[in-house]
Amino acid sequence: MEQLIKKINGMIRLRAYKKQRESLHFFTVEEAQLEMILSHLKNYEGFTHLAFLQAVDFIEDGKFQLTYMLYNYETKMNIGVLTLIDREEAETASIHKLWAHAWQYQREIHEMYGIDFPGSPRVKESFVLEGWEEMPPMRRDFDTKEYSERTFYQRPGRSTNDPAEYMKEKLYRNYPQSPAIRRDDE
Amino acid sequence: MNKKHNDEIENQMKLANESLPERERALFADERPSTVEAFNKYYEGFLNWARSRSLWMLAFGTGCGATELRPLMTSRYDMSRYGIAPRPTPRQASVFVIGGYASIKTIKRIVRSYEQMQGPKYVIALGSCTINGGMYFDSYNTINRLDYYIPVDVYIAGCMPRPEALIAGFNRLKEKIRAGECEGMNLYVEKFDWYKENQKQIIKDWNMPDYNW
Repeated sequence: MEQLIKKINGMIRLRAYKKQRESLHFFTVEEAQLEMILSHLKNYEGFTHLAFLQAVDFIEDGKFQLTYMLYNYETKMNIGVLTLIDREEAETASIHKLWAHAWQYQREIHEMYGIDFPGSPRVKESFVLEGWEEMPPMRRDFDTKEYSERTFYQRPGRSTNDPAEYMKEKLYRNYPQSPAIRRDDE
Repeated sequence: MNKKHNDEIENQMKLANESLPERERALFADERPSTVEAFNKYYEGFLNWARSRSLWMLAFGTGCGATELRPLMTSRYDMSRYGIAPRPTPRQASVFVIGGYASIKTIKRIVRSYEQMQGPKYVIALGSCTINGGMYFDSYNTINRLDYYIPVDVYIAGCMPRPEALIAGFNRLKEKIRAGECEGMNLYVEKFDWYKENQKQIIKDWNMPDYNW
């Protein structure tokens, strides 16, 4: 596996590399080189199976992170190929020509995050959210509680037992005055 | 004049089916549903007694609560002891068990199935999610109160309620049927416009007729 990472590092400069465990490795590549690396892994290194394709919203950096999880049946190795794409114009190349089933993942990501994959079949069709009109709901600036209160009817009388609040109430009733607890900011 | 006036009223009483394409509107009925009155108090009492002893349940698991229906059906809890049998189609069912949370995509199918069921029909709402949203109270995709979309006869609280709780719920439903309190079907007809308004507010792609399948 180290040889493979070295080899790929020779082909392109990896932006980050992390070894999670012996059979699970992650590395980050540039968006432009993604397709090339994926097809190399598929065609020459035996990573023939695309296990999943997932997106993460890093709103602070203004980026979406895409994870392409590949699996090698012979060596039983997992590789996660990560790439960061711009959050404002979220758009990246479709990989449905490498793995035909990727279109379904891409359709879901398009619905949930609003990332476009030009050329991917049926990518604009709704997947779970039929007739959705708002911002894609898995983006972190989407306020799901506010939307729920606006759209659905609340039944009055709902009380919360938030564990943090409950334990604070129970253990430190006079929390700020209690001399037994010293906080770092004092 | 009088006839014309009557026709106008009749036209207003028809369902618009606005979401259907123009060419398909003639294929679907535009009749509004009508209430069913009891023929006679004593006869209805006998019928209700009979209905309560033969509940046919629509086996449509709408959420995670459907998991609890499997042990209820099979030998451990054996709901056939209580005269309850699962049916595969809404046309043959009289009880609709909503199994837990209902997402917007599911509530569309719930409304379709509920309207296809023949009367008398009853609804059991299972789990906290149908009462006030439960743990999905702030979700963008699950409804909070089921009784705004279809009439509910019995709620079973819990997350999840065990099969014993379900049996208790079914027994409560039977008591209510025998007492003649399960008028959900007529309630749906009386407040039809209100229910439709609520349903259409969340089901944005309403591409089906308004009623009558």
